[in-house]
Amino acid sequence: MTATICDSVAAAVEGVADGSTVLIGGFGMAGMPVQLIDALIEQGATDLTVVSNNAGNGDTGLAALLAEGRVRKMVCSFPRQSDSWVFDGLYRAGRIELEVVPQGNLAERMRAAGAGIGAFYSPTAVGTPLAEGKETREIDGRTYVLELPIRGDVALIGAHRSDRMGNLVYRKTARNFGPVMATAATTVVAQVSEVVETGALDPESVVTPSIYVDRVVQV
Amino acid sequence: MSLSKHEMAELVARDIPRGAYVNLGIGQPTLVADHLPEGSGVVLHTENGMLNMGPAAAEGEVDPDLTNAGKIPVTELPGASYFHHADSFAMMRGGHLDVCVLGAFQVSATGDLANWHTGAPDAIPAVGGAMDLAIGAKSVFVMMTLFAKDGSPKLVPRCSYPLTGVGCVDRVYTDVATFDLGPDGVVVRETHGMSYDELADRLEVPLRQS
Repeated sequence: MTATICDSVAAAVEGVADGSTVLIGGFGMAGMPVQLIDALIEQGATDLTVVSNNAGNGDTGLAALLAEGRVRKMVCSFPRQSDSWVFDGLYRAGRIELEVVPQGNLAERMRAAGAGIGAFYSPTAVGTPLAEGKETREIDGRTYVLELPIRGDVALIGAHRSDRMGNLVYRKTARNFGPVMATAATTVVAQVSEVVETGALDPESVVTPSIYVDRVVQV
Repeated sequence: MSLSKHEMAELVARDIPRGAYVNLGIGQPTLVADHLPEGSGVVLHTENGMLNMGPAAAEGEVDPDLTNAGKIPVTELPGASYFHHADSFAMMRGGHLDVCVLGAFQVSATGDLANWHTGAPDAIPAVGGAMDLAIGAKSVFVMMTLFAKDGSPKLVPRCSYPLTGVGCVDRVYTDVATFDLGPDGVVVRETHGMSYDELADRLEVPLRQS
């Protein structure tokens, strides 16, 4: 089924259940779907596991969701930043769980989920605390660590344009995790700057094909 | 005289082959970009999905959709390309990058790298792309001061901080000397304001002269 073009961000995040795993795009604020996150705060889902590269910047977007106490666990590569005071406070107060994942493994674990791969061996983190307790295997003289897929119930991503079927194009480094997360969740929601007529996007330039996208909202 | 950060960056830039694909991580190593010679043809990779990244954006040309790994607004050069995160890290892990330059808390004589976490009980661990870069690039250069603020050496027999990667560092540029790490042990390439004998005296790792 092709994507539904929603007429509000509230409609775009309808039905997110308590306890869901939510993949949230963005690298810092580039590509972060701020309006969808604001709508999720309004919608009220709680006890969430959030997978995102960072753990919020400043007081808006993901930081606002964290500040509302809706997130039980954060899975990310780089929580600590100069402007991550919301997360830092929750973490130091013992009010949030944290799983730190090397950035490439984070992306690849979602790629694996979206591609139907059961697990993969990665050379990243071998011999470090982040590989402790994980299965390792030597292949052609090199040691690898077994990494499992990360699948979301919902993905919230930011893209540049969508057509009415849900084909997406991105803009510059705001692309980051969007295309990977779009493959790895049951319900994929994209906020875009513009929805154009089907046929208006150059098929050669489509980055996320419509098959992955469930809901689109123009913000 | 020991070297300033910019002088260290200049030395690193001098040793990067023409036309190489290079990742400069975040923080101090990004200074290397300012010292690449005109026409070097070096292509900078940034982990958040771009090749042929240009210099930092000047006031008035800031685009929130175009940042580097440190989230600083940057620019694009002709021949730039954009790609998603899984592809960006496949470039690292797959051995496609020629050089990466990273900062470090400690490097061991056998090339172990510690640069992501102090292990202090109140520290919030954050690794970003450091572990992927450390094991991925064909050559891994470290740029750091040789001694910590308390005077203790950062080139050590064995890292006491949590590791980022095992046996991954090829060369260490410091303010007082440059070292090659490899099958021949720790080889001193050049020194800056400190004699070989003083270096050998202050470090707890066996050294060889090149």
